[in-house]
Amino acid sequence: MNRSVQPGVSWTIWRVLLLSQWREQPVRLSVTVLAIALGVALGAAVHLINAVALGEFSAAAKRLVGEPDLVVRGPREGFKEDLFVTLARDPAVHLASPVLELEVALPGQRDTLKVLGLDPFRAAALQPALIGDMAGGVLDLLRPDGIYLSASAAQRLHLKHGDQLPIMVGDSPKSLRVVGILSEEAYGQALGIMDIASAQWVFDKIGRVNRIDLRLESGTDVDSLRERLPAGVLAVAPEVERQRAVTATRAYRVNLNMLALVALLTGAFLVFSTQSLSVLRRRASLGLLRALGVTRSQLQLALIGEGAALGLVGSLAGILLGLMCASVVLQWVAGDLGNVQLHTAGSALHTAKATLRAAPLNLLVFLAIGTTVATLGAWLPARTAARQPPARSLKGGDADYTVFAARSWRIGVALLAAGALLTTLPAVGGLPVFGYAAIAALLFGAVLLMPVLWIKILKIAPRIDVTVADTAIAQLRENIGLSTLSLASVIVSFSLMVAMAIMVYSFRASFEQWLGKLLPADLQMREPLGNDTAYWSPADQARLAAVPGVARIEFRRTRQLLLDAAHPPVTLIARNSTGAQIADALPLLRRMQSPLPEGTEPAWISEALGDLYGYKLGDTLALPLGGRTRRFTITGIWRDYARAFGAIVITRTAYVEATGDSSANEGAVWLDGRNTAAAEAALRGCFARPDALEILTSTALRERSLGLFDRAFAITYALEAVAVIIGLVGVSLAASSTALARRAEFGMLRHIGMLRRQVIGMVASEGAVMSLFGVVYGLILGGMLSLVLVYVVNRQSFNWSIDLALPGRQLALLALILIAAAAVTALWSGRTATGQDAVRAVREDW
Amino acid sequence: MASTPLDRKGMEAENAVVRLENLSKRFGHDGAPIFEGLNLELRRGEYLAIMGESGVGKSTLLNLLAGLDRPDCGCVCLEGLDLSRMDDDAITLLRRRSVGFVFQAFHVLPYLTVEQNVALPLELLRVAEPERTQRTAQMLEAVGISALARRHPRELSGGELQRIAIARALVHRPRLVLADEPTGNLDPRSAAQTLALLRTQVKANAGAGILITHSRTAADTADRILVLDGQGLKPLVSSA
Repeated sequence: MNRSVQPGVSWTIWRVLLLSQWREQPVRLSVTVLAIALGVALGAAVHLINAVALGEFSAAAKRLVGEPDLVVRGPREGFKEDLFVTLARDPAVHLASPVLELEVALPGQRDTLKVLGLDPFRAAALQPALIGDMAGGVLDLLRPDGIYLSASAAQRLHLKHGDQLPIMVGDSPKSLRVVGILSEEAYGQALGIMDIASAQWVFDKIGRVNRIDLRLESGTDVDSLRERLPAGVLAVAPEVERQRAVTATRAYRVNLNMLALVALLTGAFLVFSTQSLSVLRRRASLGLLRALGVTRSQLQLALIGEGAALGLVGSLAGILLGLMCASVVLQWVAGDLGNVQLHTAGSALHTAKATLRAAPLNLLVFLAIGTTVATLGAWLPARTAARQPPARSLKGGDADYTVFAARSWRIGVALLAAGALLTTLPAVGGLPVFGYAAIAALLFGAVLLMPVLWIKILKIAPRIDVTVADTAIAQLRENIGLSTLSLASVIVSFSLMVAMAIMVYSFRASFEQWLGKLLPADLQMREPLGNDTAYWSPADQARLAAVPGVARIEFRRTRQLLLDAAHPPVTLIARNSTGAQIADALPLLRRMQSPLPEGTEPAWISEALGDLYGYKLGDTLALPLGGRTRRFTITGIWRDYARAFGAIVITRTAYVEATGDSSANEGAVWLDGRNTAAAEAALRGCFARPDALEILTSTALRERSLGLFDRAFAITYALEAVAVIIGLVGVSLAASSTALARRAEFGMLRHIGMLRRQVIGMVASEGAVMSLFGVVYGLILGGMLSLVLVYVVNRQSFNWSIDLALPGRQLALLALILIAAAAVTALWSGRTATGQDAVRAVREDW
Repeated sequence: MASTPLDRKGMEAENAVVRLENLSKRFGHDGAPIFEGLNLELRRGEYLAIMGESGVGKSTLLNLLAGLDRPDCGCVCLEGLDLSRMDDDAITLLRRRSVGFVFQAFHVLPYLTVEQNVALPLELLRVAEPERTQRTAQMLEAVGISALARRHPRELSGGELQRIAIARALVHRPRLVLADEPTGNLDPRSAAQTLALLRTQVKANAGAGILITHSRTAADTADRILVLDGQGLKPLVSSA
């Protein structure tokens, strides 16, 4: 073949091919572009939101921590400020700044307010951004009840300079005076700043701090400094703290990115199927081009160019869509999907400009990814078309696809085996990398294995002596390429939907069961979650327990505990029950069979704690409590969906003995009557500020939790629905364009006496047989993928297990919808293709 | 739905397979006339060629004869039944039973084997086995392609494909065979063989045949030749 052609020839061929494609099937190509756009949009939006959120969080953390070399952190209730004196005198330390960092309870509000108690004169060197913003107001900060609020906090609490801020300390309401508002630039999050001495006084923490910021002398051995710190006090580099936030949200980000990848792959697959179908349909024209002197590489380049053009258009649209989505999410919908930082970032960002600023280079990467994926989708059909001898292309027919199918099954089986092996590999850096690889391998393996199974099934399908059905089967058997490509679209989107449906249903079922186990009492009451200042004293607890109608209250002390600087704090729950009662009440997955060693206390850890810190049953767990390290024996591992970073349950007796803290901040209440409203009112009546207490019936809490669960998964359902709709539209467009291409055939059948409804019936039969096979295959494949999602991806991403449950009714409904959609599509295509044009088409040449 | 018994009786007596009476057809609803006032009668055993220039309405006439299109005026009677009084299903069933088609572009189904293509009209008529196989085999034998029975159309030449089309058009022994430029895509030798075969088989089935063609050579294989032009259907006046 002559390769010395003019450079413009490829462009001309490409232009002619693509433009004719657009003219011929604009809807089909638009759907393909839309699929790519959605994939890119989702990926770009997730990336942008996280980039903005993490960027904002990082900046906030930097301002919050300032510019120290090391941050010394202790338990949330703090440690004696003697340590500050010791460290300040340490020759290795150039400057030390004590901090009391608290989550302060606000009466009647579920959200707490972060308050920093600082020594403004020491902090000025380490937190110049914060203190500098106060300018001449620093002296006001020294007022005993003075507090500076960040602009965001003032806005959220509807407060201005000179207003009173009500707070809860213990069970008593108090108030602070707003002595100034920080500028928006100084700090984005909601925050209050007080003088440390005032904070210690107001929050009843006299003589205690929980953070010391250090600037070290150059050449200081940090490790030797760490060794001098008491138990439960850790020295952390500021970048480790910032990285912790990144790590904490990584699993969510990766999973959302995987959803984006699924959408993008669906788009790539649509490009592949569109191009394959289009190449099959145009093979005579392509053969003609080859016969007229177009070289193999020119043809291949032109066909790949078609895919690249689709990818480029889709990616550009996707980036615009992603920017819009990110902007909307950051402004209005922030705070979901477990990403706490989003809430903060969302409140701090107001315009898409910030979104745009976030990562312009990364947007180019998404453009490249979308275009590349679409180009790859077009590569195989282009290669096949270019390699086809022109004479055979001109002859028509689909027989060589059978040869491809006969070869592809071996790769399919190999990929399935590889997928099975990949599921056995552990997470990489806390991410289920091999789990996702396994899903991809299983998906592609199953798709490659499908043609040979489809051929075998069609081969063994018996003739039933019904012309319509027999002719339909013969058509499918002979045009195996067209039918397998359409089938692959159905199978990919349907199996992914089945897998996600099974995973989410299983998760919900396990979550519901877990809630039932965890909420046996009639009422649940607590102080605002995560707060450090509000609690119930022993006297309060006695009053609460004596409320008429209350049969029993199990009081709990819940607090955060930092076990490792590189991990977020874990939750410690001290329950006012015996070991046996606790073991009975917890949703235990595993329990120690041997008796508890003499002189040790039991601890029950959540799965996440076991996974993240490597603890097993029977191990000794060292907890920094009351300034000392206390040892517990892990006697049980329980399922916990509420605390992703790990939770530990111990008896309250052991906790009080270790810490001397007999306060409580949570309680499960059993009533001896049915009048919950009266009991709730009586419990609230025990406090000066009745609205400060959060009380819910277990039923309401359960409903609220399930509501939150459903809301969190709403985006998954929406994306899945979009994927399936795109898949279905792709299939229906393939069916209609194939039916249109077969107009002359239908016309001939009408000529020889086949009734119109018989022709339509034949097309519908083809659609029904194909979709039935697709649904059965998709259900089996989706089932396999769901096992990987449930037992590998979910387990490795979130460190909690779920039990497999099959949503039989939901899957049956999905399958019926798919078959019905395929039948309706086929009927519609058949009706369109059997009109008067079909009769005329017989007069046209094939 | 059906024509009057008197019509039927009269036509059967005359052995007429098809009769056109004052047939007119326009482009669209209000467009220019394609043809007006056509009259024609074709009897059993008669093989007629219709010639005409492109665009005079030969294919439209064929569609009207087969009940695939409706006339604006006049009637088409096939086997004594007035098609204008029948619904689409009834016409289709009549066509299934009584009409065979041969097209210029063959139109054999690529996904069926040669014998399955030929047997298709018998399947539609629900002719039971083993009669169906027997008649298919006879027809394949008659058109000389028995050896290709299990092959697929993509493996065959144009002449062989047209033989399949002729076999399919005749296998159910229709009263009327309509052939639309059946040799338009064939070389002269294959064309001559096809035309001879078509005529032989139409005569052997004791039906009637209409051959639409541009070719005088092809038309000469018919019993009589009519020319369709703006004035209607007229016998061919030989210029020789």
